[in-house]
Amino acid sequence: MPLFAALLILGLIFLLAKNIQHNGFAYFASISFIGLTNGAVYALVALGYTLVYGILELINFAHGDLFMLGGMISATTLISHNVFGLTEGVSLSTLIPALLGSLAVAMIACGLINVSIEFIAYRPLRGAPRLAPLITAIGMSFILQNVAIGWKGPSYIAIPNVLPRGNVFSIHGVTYTWEKLIVVIVTIPVLIALMWLVLKTRQGKAMRAAAQDRDAAAMMGINVNRTISFTFLIAGSLAGAAGLLYALYFGQVRYDTGFQLGLIAFTAAVLGGIGNLPGAVLGALSIGFIQAYNEGLTWHMPGSDWTQSIVFSILILILVFRPEGLLGERTPEGA
Amino acid sequence: MRRRISEQIARAWWTALGAAGLSHERWNALRPGVRRAVKVAVWVAIFLGLVAAFGVWKTSALAIGAIVYLLVAPLWNRLTFRGWAYGKWIAPLAVLAIAITYPYYVNHMPELPLFGPFPQLSTLVVMTIFTMMALGLNFVVGYAGLLDLGYVAFYAMGAYMAGWFASSQFSKQNVNLGAVGLYPGATGFHFSIWMVLPMAGVATAVVGVIIGLPTLRLRGDYLAIVTLGFGEILPQIARNGDHLFGTSFNLTNGTGGITPIDGPGFGNWLDKHLHLPANFLTAGNLDSVFLWTGIGLVLITIFCSARLRDSRIGRAWIAIREDETAAAAMGVPLMRTKTWAYATGAFFGGVAGAYYASYKSGAFPDDFFFQISVFILCMVILGGMGNIWGVIFGACFLTYLDREGLSNIGTQINNQFGTSLDVPKYEFGIFGIIIVVVMLFRPEGLIPSSRRAAELHEDEPHDEPLYDHEIAGA
Repeated sequence: MPLFAALLILGLIFLLAKNIQHNGFAYFASISFIGLTNGAVYALVALGYTLVYGILELINFAHGDLFMLGGMISATTLISHNVFGLTEGVSLSTLIPALLGSLAVAMIACGLINVSIEFIAYRPLRGAPRLAPLITAIGMSFILQNVAIGWKGPSYIAIPNVLPRGNVFSIHGVTYTWEKLIVVIVTIPVLIALMWLVLKTRQGKAMRAAAQDRDAAAMMGINVNRTISFTFLIAGSLAGAAGLLYALYFGQVRYDTGFQLGLIAFTAAVLGGIGNLPGAVLGALSIGFIQAYNEGLTWHMPGSDWTQSIVFSILILILVFRPEGLLGERTPEGA
Repeated sequence: MRRRISEQIARAWWTALGAAGLSHERWNALRPGVRRAVKVAVWVAIFLGLVAAFGVWKTSALAIGAIVYLLVAPLWNRLTFRGWAYGKWIAPLAVLAIAITYPYYVNHMPELPLFGPFPQLSTLVVMTIFTMMALGLNFVVGYAGLLDLGYVAFYAMGAYMAGWFASSQFSKQNVNLGAVGLYPGATGFHFSIWMVLPMAGVATAVVGVIIGLPTLRLRGDYLAIVTLGFGEILPQIARNGDHLFGTSFNLTNGTGGITPIDGPGFGNWLDKHLHLPANFLTAGNLDSVFLWTGIGLVLITIFCSARLRDSRIGRAWIAIREDETAAAAMGVPLMRTKTWAYATGAFFGGVAGAYYASYKSGAFPDDFFFQISVFILCMVILGGMGNIWGVIFGACFLTYLDREGLSNIGTQINNQFGTSLDVPKYEFGIFGIIIVVVMLFRPEGLIPSSRRAAELHEDEPHDEPLYDHEIAGA
């Protein structure tokens, strides 16, 4: 098994090296930056999956669609003339408050939606067989998609490119643009805040306790239901933040955006070890890079037609051969 | 809460009836058969009244009322003849007869309130196909309790089997084994559809085993995700299959799909001597012959479902569903049993897919997306996991909603209230609501199997505790 993994890694390194040789380093670096940006968005969504899975052992299918709703909400607040009414090429002094305001709106709205979903659809099924809440989650996912269809219609809504154009730096043809940097700038503080919340606060301790053993946590005086609601609030607000970044960076959102991206982010969470927060970030970055290299590099790469298949193949291989993920610990039930 | 509401309704009901002179005591004093007859008569009268008031009345409505009354009111189940309980066959056979003769009276039906006209023949054909698929999924979800979110992969596999072996896709080959309706000089594999159907089933079952062997070890929710993954990968292969691995080898003809696919048929000889249709696709009563064949296939599926459920392997499936650890301890081989469930489910999915491809005369990659998997899952959940009649009902009802019902309902609502809702647009949202509501309020489905219902209500208080149960899902 380790031999096989080593061979696989060597093969991938060889493929990358040939591609760098083929396309040149500057091109490779710009593709890597795309991968980093994708990975940052995936990380925010994957964390939501991992938080919820950690505490409820539930694959929250509706999470990707919540992310999509977050994108639509922030698109509305950003563009709508009643709110911020941003257009292309606005000055920084209007852009920054608008971004922060939209971020707050999207995070709060998605957090509250997620809490209500948990309250309506998952809480009554706490004692039911494990598959029951999973099936309800699929139902909720469809409902959210149709909320989006009812609200915005079935076609893409476009968001004008309001982020500042131009390069942060450009060294030897390696360029890094502002829009990519802003995605990372927003993501990193959110991640640090999340780590602080989970590791350093009382509420975070309650979350970790409830994730380990819900009944024991309840006996220690932790209000488990409230802790679960809080987890859903956090997960939802992460999805909201991711939605904003996605809308800004990719410039278009549609009702089914969340489903596809949600599956990719779930794969990222599994890849890193589901239930493990740093693992989710690591997995998301890996998936982001894999996707960017697959779609951007040209030397014997399958190309964007196959991205989905590659991501799912990774998911299947990880689940079959290393279900605890890259960073997870092997649990007695074999995860 | 549900119980409290129904108690309130019951109290209001008896107060009203008591005022009319029929008290609860007098009603209870009647014989059960009479009570049932009265109840059904009231329901049928309400139905007829609604049709007359809000639908389009035709005299055939009376016939419908009479048939429904005759089927439901008497306790047919109790009839026996020298120990042979033939009574339980009456209702299914009557439903079968009604379905088979549907083409002859479909044009004489009244229009129902809210639902509008009765479904067209083509809808019924699709119903038989989805019934087969839902029964196939029922093996996996209903019997073995494994959540499969990628059933559409089997449907796609079956459809492409029909595409490969009954069309001109591989034009370098030239094999003709009993195919009908070919133009002169047609190339490619042309097997008779009657051969392609079992071939598709077997090939799909093999795919099921290949998917199942590495993945069935996984716990329930991981298995669901992995099957979902396969359900996304296979259609993507179909979409990109015209240039696999950068070669020009054309396996699936890409987004264009494989079309036309030969239709089923009995050939000219049987047509001449027995008046069986030579080629279904050119037959005058195209939808009728497809419907009858579809009903035949469904009957085979029902037979296999019922027999397998009560067989050794079926009991092993149900044991695994109820408690995997206990089943393993009792000597049920987990992997083999699960793989069999998977393969059996895949088999019927493949047959249904091939039949559908033959009916539509094409296999298109855009037909195979995740929503279809959930659509079929929704049929199984709505009808009642593990119950054959429930699953059939769920499949027929949801297929009807999908093909005609929702747009009919939308039109009716818009006409009545002057709104302009586009109901079919929200189709999958409506299915989502169905899933959530059923799982929350009636997880055993509309027509539950008693055994499944008992499992799903395990956490609720029993009169007598069956065993010490731990807090599930902890």
